[in-house]
Amino acid sequence: MEDQLNRSKLKWTLMVLAFAAIVVVGGCKKKEVPPAPPAAPPPPQPKATLSVSPESIDRGGAATLTWSTQDATTVSIEGIGTVQPGGSQSVSPTTSTTYRLTAQGPGGNADATARLTVVQPPPPPPPAKAPEVTDEQLFSQNVKDIYFDYDRYDLRADDQAVVDADAAFLKAHTAIKFTIEGHCDERGSTDYNLALGDNRANAARAALLKAGVSADQIKVISFGKEKPFCSESTEACWQQNRRDHFVFGQK
Amino acid sequence: MKRFATLAAILFMLVLPALAQDWIRTGTGVGGEKIRIAVPDFSANADPQAAPLNKTFNAVLFNDLSEAGIFDVVSKSFYPLSPIGGPADVHFDVWTAPPPNAAMLAFGSLGVNAGNLQVQGWLFDVKNAQNPQVLAKQYRESATDDNARLIAHRFADEIIFRLGGGITGIAETKLYFVSSRSGHKEVWAMDYDGAAQHAITHLSSISLAPRVSPDNSRVAFASFYKGGPNIAMWSLDLGRLLNFPSFGGTTLSPAWSSDGARLAFSSSRSGDPEIYTCDQNGNNLKRLTAYHGPDVSPVWNPRTNAQIAWVSGRTGLPQIYVMDSDGNNVQRLTDQGYAVSPSWSPNGQFLAFAWVRHYGPGAPGASDIYIMDVASHQWVQLTHDGGRNDFPSWSPDGRHLVYQSTRSGTEQVWTMLADGSQQTQLTFTGSNSQPNWSWK
Repeated sequence: MEDQLNRSKLKWTLMVLAFAAIVVVGGCKKKEVPPAPPAAPPPPQPKATLSVSPESIDRGGAATLTWSTQDATTVSIEGIGTVQPGGSQSVSPTTSTTYRLTAQGPGGNADATARLTVVQPPPPPPPAKAPEVTDEQLFSQNVKDIYFDYDRYDLRADDQAVVDADAAFLKAHTAIKFTIEGHCDERGSTDYNLALGDNRANAARAALLKAGVSADQIKVISFGKEKPFCSESTEACWQQNRRDHFVFGQK
Repeated sequence: MKRFATLAAILFMLVLPALAQDWIRTGTGVGGEKIRIAVPDFSANADPQAAPLNKTFNAVLFNDLSEAGIFDVVSKSFYPLSPIGGPADVHFDVWTAPPPNAAMLAFGSLGVNAGNLQVQGWLFDVKNAQNPQVLAKQYRESATDDNARLIAHRFADEIIFRLGGGITGIAETKLYFVSSRSGHKEVWAMDYDGAAQHAITHLSSISLAPRVSPDNSRVAFASFYKGGPNIAMWSLDLGRLLNFPSFGGTTLSPAWSSDGARLAFSSSRSGDPEIYTCDQNGNNLKRLTAYHGPDVSPVWNPRTNAQIAWVSGRTGLPQIYVMDSDGNNVQRLTDQGYAVSPSWSPNGQFLAFAWVRHYGPGAPGASDIYIMDVASHQWVQLTHDGGRNDFPSWSPDGRHLVYQSTRSGTEQVWTMLADGSQQTQLTFTGSNSQPNWSWK
């Protein structure tokens, strides 16, 4: 009997639940028009300020960005990211930068900008690299000109030592090609001086060959009295012009 | 005194051949009497162009006859005032009497008609009143200043040819030389009297020692424009360089044989400057010398082309030598000092050259122009104590020399008669050197 009673209680419970379910489900399907909200005042437009101090720094220095906002829910600064509605931050850009703050709030957006100028200091001296000596510099440091007596093209005794030193360097630098220019002083005749300059240049060439310098390295040219080093009519000047001038390279 | 006696003896020696050869008498002006000639201004017609052209014509004609070396040109201030336009205007007694005291009279008229310049010229032997006319010429060219100059040169050359022993005058010849006035040493040319100076080359390099070919078609010279000095050949007809082989080394001072067939030059292609010859296109190279030391500046004996004079430093200071054009029979001509730049006279008799006779420390030597009789080795000094004189070159009539001198303070081109008289400066701008007189 008790079993029947329990069964009838369950039956009633199910029925109530079913009814309730029908009522709830049916109520959900039904479009319910909400009542118009009361006319609330519109949310205020956000306000934002942004400043940087100092406005100019040397590269590597720092400046402070300071900002404040009102009525904003989200505040971000380009290049920095989302920030508190108000605050300050130290920045150290490497180039001049314009910071833009964007404040978003229920009432809209607001922007504020501040420019920080970065003064570029003079570039630091390049790192001292190991000095690189070119063949041409070596040549001019080591190969010395030789000088002649008037109307002569044979090497003087004091020139032989110079030629030996020149030859020692040139034999150690066989990749260097060079030109021997024969020169004469202004006295005497143009054509004869060109021939004399040729003899002078070839005298040095012969001495260098004898000392073991390769013929491939040497070119000779005579300028006679056409390209003097010194233009005064004095013996000191003439001596400067009576020479074999050694020039790096071959034109 | 002894020196004077020597000089007098040599001058006498130079006069001797004058008996047989008219040009040397007139060329040196020693011993011979110059023909006294009067050249009154030509009369001009009424055309407005005529007066300025006549002024040019008269000045050029007067200068040509004065420079010829065979005339004593009567000063214009001695002339009668009445103008002469034709034979009818000539009063013989006025010209033969003092002050003109003329033997010859050159006169005529110049007119411009429809843009044409017409000149009639006469040469009268005024001492022969019966049959005075030696020459009557007529010229016609377009009316330009250049043509007035050209006609004056032609008429002058006719007179010189007729009265100068049949030797053609030089009034139409050209001078080639080196000028630095553009900033580079380039080859330039001008008329024999210094007119119409103009650049031939524009190589912007160093160009040296131009020598014009006997037919006036080419100029051979040395130039650095391709590196070391080598022979360059310029065509005057085409106005450009011609192909010419590069001989290597220092190659310079090309000189034409008088037939235009061969060139002599100096080259260090062997490692030492030696004398070579080649044909006019650079082929058939022949080496003539073999001594160590500078050998430069060869010139042919223009009469025979069988001998070459040149400069050699084989014994030290440069001296003048002569050899056969095959390299045989070498003779040394100068005995001392510093002797360079030979130029062989057109008749083959003389060498002109530059000589510092007393070269040495403290010696008061100057480079002067000398001429030497090739056969006897006798010499005469033509310039004296006036700067450094070098590069003489004979005129084709053998009566003149062109040379360079520093006597004015800078290197300039000068001319003189072959006896050293009438030294005349032709260039004034920049530095001008190494003149060469054309062959015709």
